[in-house]
Amino acid sequence: MASIGTGYDLSSTTFSPDGRVFQVEYAAKAVENSGTCVGLRCTDGVVLAVEKAVISKMLVQGTLRRSHIVARHATLTVCGLISDGRVIVDHARAEAEQYKDFYGRPIPGHVLADRIAHFVHVYTLHWHVRPFGCAVLLGVADVDGPQLYLIEPSGLSYRYYACAFGKAKAAARTELEKLKLNGSDGKALISCDEGVKELAKILVKVHDESKDKDTELEMITVTDGKDGGAKLVPRKVVEEAHAAAKAFLEADDMED
Amino acid sequence: MFRNQYDTDITTYSPQGRLHQVEYAMEAVKQGSAVVGLRSNTHVVMATLKRSASELASHQKKLSVIDDHIGVAIAGLTADARVLSRFMRTECLNHKYVYEEPLALSRLALSVADKCQVSTQRASKRPYGVGLLIAGYDQTGPHLFQTCPSGNYYEYMAMAIGSRSQGAKTYLERTFEQYKDCSLEELTKHAVIALRETVSSSKDTELTSENTAVSIVGKGTKFTIYEDDEVKPYLAAIESDDTEPAADAPPADSTAMTDA
Amino acid sequence: MLGELEGTVVFRELLALFPTSWLERISSHPSSEAAEKTVTMSGFKLTSGSGRFERDANVQSSASGEPIRHTQRPMVTGSSVIAMRCVDGVVIGADTLASYGSMARFRKISRLHKATDMCVVGAGGDLSDFQQLTTMVDKETNRDYCFNDGHGLSPKAIHQYVARVMYNRRNKMDPLWNYVVIAGMQNGDDGEEAKPVLGLVDLVGTHFESEVIATGFGEYLGLPLLRKAYREDITVAEGKKVVEQIMKVLFYRDARTIDRVQIATVTKDGVDMGEPFKLETEWSYKAFVDGARAGDMSTW
Repeated sequence: MASIGTGYDLSSTTFSPDGRVFQVEYAAKAVENSGTCVGLRCTDGVVLAVEKAVISKMLVQGTLRRSHIVARHATLTVCGLISDGRVIVDHARAEAEQYKDFYGRPIPGHVLADRIAHFVHVYTLHWHVRPFGCAVLLGVADVDGPQLYLIEPSGLSYRYYACAFGKAKAAARTELEKLKLNGSDGKALISCDEGVKELAKILVKVHDESKDKDTELEMITVTDGKDGGAKLVPRKVVEEAHAAAKAFLEADDMED
Repeated sequence: MFRNQYDTDITTYSPQGRLHQVEYAMEAVKQGSAVVGLRSNTHVVMATLKRSASELASHQKKLSVIDDHIGVAIAGLTADARVLSRFMRTECLNHKYVYEEPLALSRLALSVADKCQVSTQRASKRPYGVGLLIAGYDQTGPHLFQTCPSGNYYEYMAMAIGSRSQGAKTYLERTFEQYKDCSLEELTKHAVIALRETVSSSKDTELTSENTAVSIVGKGTKFTIYEDDEVKPYLAAIESDDTEPAADAPPADSTAMTDA
Repeated sequence: MLGELEGTVVFRELLALFPTSWLERISSHPSSEAAEKTVTMSGFKLTSGSGRFERDANVQSSASGEPIRHTQRPMVTGSSVIAMRCVDGVVIGADTLASYGSMARFRKISRLHKATDMCVVGAGGDLSDFQQLTTMVDKETNRDYCFNDGHGLSPKAIHQYVARVMYNRRNKMDPLWNYVVIAGMQNGDDGEEAKPVLGLVDLVGTHFESEVIATGFGEYLGLPLLRKAYREDITVAEGKKVVEQIMKVLFYRDARTIDRVQIATVTKDGVDMGEPFKLETEWSYKAFVDGARAGDMSTW
């Protein structure tokens, strides 16, 4: 890397001569080492899924959570340093609570995404803090319909139909593009239940067997409506989807 | 030995996206003497190895009480651990004051981890150089948590941290599946045997009532520390039936700051 | 400049807005006429030349110079809450009226709030203070929902939380003007059966648990009736009837109530908030027609 040793890459308050902020790019590198996260906007809500390496068999199942509930209508998955992610989650919850307090209705997705992005961005502006070593996927389901956002360590935030981040983001994005996500009217075609299965397939397919042996999936959904809300997908459902995806891909390999 | 220009500042990422200062803080945990923790369906037991600076010095305490239902074992910088212990006691006290109920273990571990994270992101701070095993019993049963300087925290069925903890970890990994229905006696025996794994490799040390301390917490049992004379029965218990477990191939150490 | 505004409401509000140091600067400015003579305005004594306000810095004071006083009395109020702890659950009832003084201002409000799946909070006293309190409790339960770790607030925890809030506010001389009743089912330790709990917190932070609780007018007329009806083995079904009866008695005699009531129950199956319904009343009783006692000369 041309940046190394130039001295322009030691602080996020330093621009390099060609106008780059290397510390922010390095923070993004921390995200790229992370287990792959994928998100999908569905007809009835948003599904977020993440692949977690199992670092010890003595871990209690479900520990080291990367999917979080921000509010009854918003979920968030951390891609990158988990402990950094929790800070963003805490802030997102505070923003949601503050908005509800002040305006008396749930925070709209674009406002929440905007405020999180703003918060993350501030950490790229000052010498005494480092940028967040994580990106977050944000799923919201409210009166405006299901929405999916990605907020990067730089503070960039975009709204997506589907997106992926982390170790195998390129491969996962290619897989997502193969799915028929939207009808001609721009409305989503895949339901959350199907989304869970599709995302499991993608995560299994882009999984690098040579690097991570033992992995598990974690998924979270948020749906609108009477029985809606943010919910972790039950372990049993995730494991079934995981097993089905593995079986499907093995069958696929046999054909090749 | 590790020197590079990216490893002196907590707010600097290396080009690979690593935080060397945090990784070094994780090393401090490995310098501390070993602590072991394990749990059944009803109890959590921890066993610790105490060090003394000289023949004339007392042994450094490794276990402390946080609340009636929670206690910690520490590995790393003791002074840092005292800061975190005081923080945890305050959290428990405040929770009891507001809700008149004991604080849940998972919430306590989370707030400690959040506190650790803060000092990994500010230039004016350094990470806490201490790893904790937090043991306790709450409404959802017995729990054993580990926290790291990185701000990560994990819930374990059984875990060992500190210097030469690999031996103990190997023993735990081989036997932890049977702890679930263990009696308290068997559980403490496993804890002490696991702890012995961390001293057996060096010839000149062995577990004595001076350097060993055991803690128990669980259903109907407040967090209690056993040391000196009180720990003798536990040491005697493992001597009476000596089942020296053969060391398996050690699995890779996995508490590094990398995510996941 | 100061002279024109002196004594007006705007000026008083301005004083409240600016830090004292600003006022000192304004008043000590050479062009300020006010600084050149001793005037008293809005409770501040301004002494010629010194440019200082004589004010005890230790007393937090309002623009009018008097100590700050917060809520002196409730405005829009609810009256009775009647509740009974039964053997298999808790019953809690309240009428649906919020009065503004003697005016029946809001006739279809609810003074019962579902806090969790196992807890109802009801209140008499100032309605907006109660709304503030339920917002605070909801924030707590929402936080538990977000943590998603299997821990939630038990009725006893909510009782204690409300007590801490109320006591804190009273110590700030700014109480939430409510009598708060907390009813719920408390999960036992280690899988023991859930037990009904019923508690009260008042506006000064006094808190206790009891098998029967009544607030407002109900404290005078309802509590004796509740005690009379209470048995250790009374069931929720019976308790509901008792509460309804008492609400009826209260409607006959309390001028700040209405004949619409809501009765909620909490049992091991959870909270049933109950639909508000109209009390069936009977006005042809001899006592109502002729007066309460023989020889009673009152015309009520």
